[in-house]
Amino acid sequence: MALADNAPVIVLETNYFRIIRQAILSKPSTILASIVILIFCGIAAFAPWIAPYDPLKQSYFAISAYPSAEYWLGTDQFGRDVLSRLIYGSRNSLIFGLIAPALAAIIGTTLGVMAGYFGGITDRIVTRLIDLMMAFPELLLAIIISAALGGGFWNVVAVLTIAFVPGFARVSRASTLSIKQEPYIESSIAIGVRTPVIITRHILPNISAPIVLLLTLWIASAIRLEAALSFLGIGTQPPQASWGNIIRDGLSNVFGSPWSIIGAGASITIVVLAFNVIGDSVRDALDPDAAE
Amino acid sequence: MPGIISVKLLDAVPTVFLVLTLVFVALRILPGDPALVALGDYATPEQLALFRSQTGLDAPLWQQYFSFLWDMIRLDFGQSLMQHRPVADILAENLPYTIELTICATLIGVVFGIPFGVLAAVKRNRLPDSGMRIFSLIGYAIPDFYLGALLLIAFALNLGWFPINGGGDGFIDRIYHLILPAVTLAMVKIAFLGRLTRTSLLEVLSKDYMRTAKAKGVPRSKIIYKHGLRNALLPVVTGLGLSLLATLSGSVAIELVFNRPGIGETLINAISVRDYPLIQGGVVVFAFFVVLINLIVDIVYTLVDPRIRG
Repeated sequence: MALADNAPVIVLETNYFRIIRQAILSKPSTILASIVILIFCGIAAFAPWIAPYDPLKQSYFAISAYPSAEYWLGTDQFGRDVLSRLIYGSRNSLIFGLIAPALAAIIGTTLGVMAGYFGGITDRIVTRLIDLMMAFPELLLAIIISAALGGGFWNVVAVLTIAFVPGFARVSRASTLSIKQEPYIESSIAIGVRTPVIITRHILPNISAPIVLLLTLWIASAIRLEAALSFLGIGTQPPQASWGNIIRDGLSNVFGSPWSIIGAGASITIVVLAFNVIGDSVRDALDPDAAE
Repeated sequence: MPGIISVKLLDAVPTVFLVLTLVFVALRILPGDPALVALGDYATPEQLALFRSQTGLDAPLWQQYFSFLWDMIRLDFGQSLMQHRPVADILAENLPYTIELTICATLIGVVFGIPFGVLAAVKRNRLPDSGMRIFSLIGYAIPDFYLGALLLIAFALNLGWFPINGGGDGFIDRIYHLILPAVTLAMVKIAFLGRLTRTSLLEVLSKDYMRTAKAKGVPRSKIIYKHGLRNALLPVVTGLGLSLLATLSGSVAIELVFNRPGIGETLINAISVRDYPLIQGGVVVFAFFVVLINLIVDIVYTLVDPRIRG
């Protein structure tokens, strides 16, 4: 291939966002999914103004109450308003869903690019570690790490991040390996461009498509994973509300009102479904080969 | 053939050591002081020192590492801090429940998932296909523990058809206790395997040799099952391995939902009471199964696809 054929060497970042925006706006299903996500984001952002009660306040006059005009989704066994807890719980789910994949993308891409670009012993160590971690299902990996770290906000962020790092590392390593073969990298090295500049100016922009793609696909996984960890009691710690631990509380009071379980589970399902629909259409747009 | 298997087995040995090393690093170096974790924040310095010398935590790290490896090779997981009996016994008691749950859920998933996928592919863009699409969309989104809780509330609490908790005694009773948890895990698997089979079969059906078979006058059912499905099942076999791992990790939450005994339930309870040797044992058992399942998938994959053998 002649050098002149490679005209658009650097794909501008804005390009991706245009492709993604077009992919989302072109179908009714993805528009609906974005509206759902925006509504949940709004609920999370304005939780203190929307929630009818304090999510931690216990009322001894209404314990395990069924839905009523006063408590729309009833109360739990501690007399806390379920609807308010669901509203505050959305904060947890969305924050973890966005922070963890983003951090994992930064760490994983750094590792993957290093391994792919420098090769040798760095590559061997990183690849072996990735293979090992990829062998474990994310949930199991997360359980094992939280067994060591314990619960709490930053520990859960760390656990989720570590669980997602291998995927990003593997993808960015493979992309770096193929970009490294391109003549423009060779010529940059030849004219004496420094390595950090080559990586940031030439490699990173060119491998960003699969990384943006993974990022959108894994928001849903991160939300599910946080819910599962909180359900197991090793994620968000009570009394802080999270959709996962609301279901846990609901199950420990299974003879009471089931509405906390139904509400929290439905919220997780709807949000994950919405992110999945968007993730799928972004994948179809950025990676047409993978489309069914 | 035995050659391939022994090569794969040999290849798994360093993986096992690496996994054990990671477990050691994760549980001993990361969280600070295991003695403090085990005894709680109110332990006196004397109690901490006694605990350390009893459990060998005051030895140098490299010595701890080798004695840890040696213990693991002999399957000696130490004594549970809370239950005061060998960890190996506790795990051995609980293991059958997790294994029967995982196997049962996988069987249900395969028996329903693959035929659904074939049906969806054959009737592409018609009712069965849309049904499959909606089912897998929801199946991918719904958390398994939520589905389990819904089934528990509907069929065990309200209708009273199934037991609410426990693992059951005796063969019939155990199967009775197994149905709801297994169906819960199988639902997610049906969605996964169904979609995988559909995609894979559609791809194979568009191949040139399918058109040749059709032109030769081979009956449609024979084309689909003999020429199509056989080739389409290759990715499904790998997918099955992946989903077996997903089911194993999903069993942790499901055991908690249905209050079933099992390795996952043991591990989570051990974490909540900081029973350190039991946590370590549970983690090692899970890690062992992950390596084992990956190994089996690897071997089966080579057996199914003669092209890889080379």
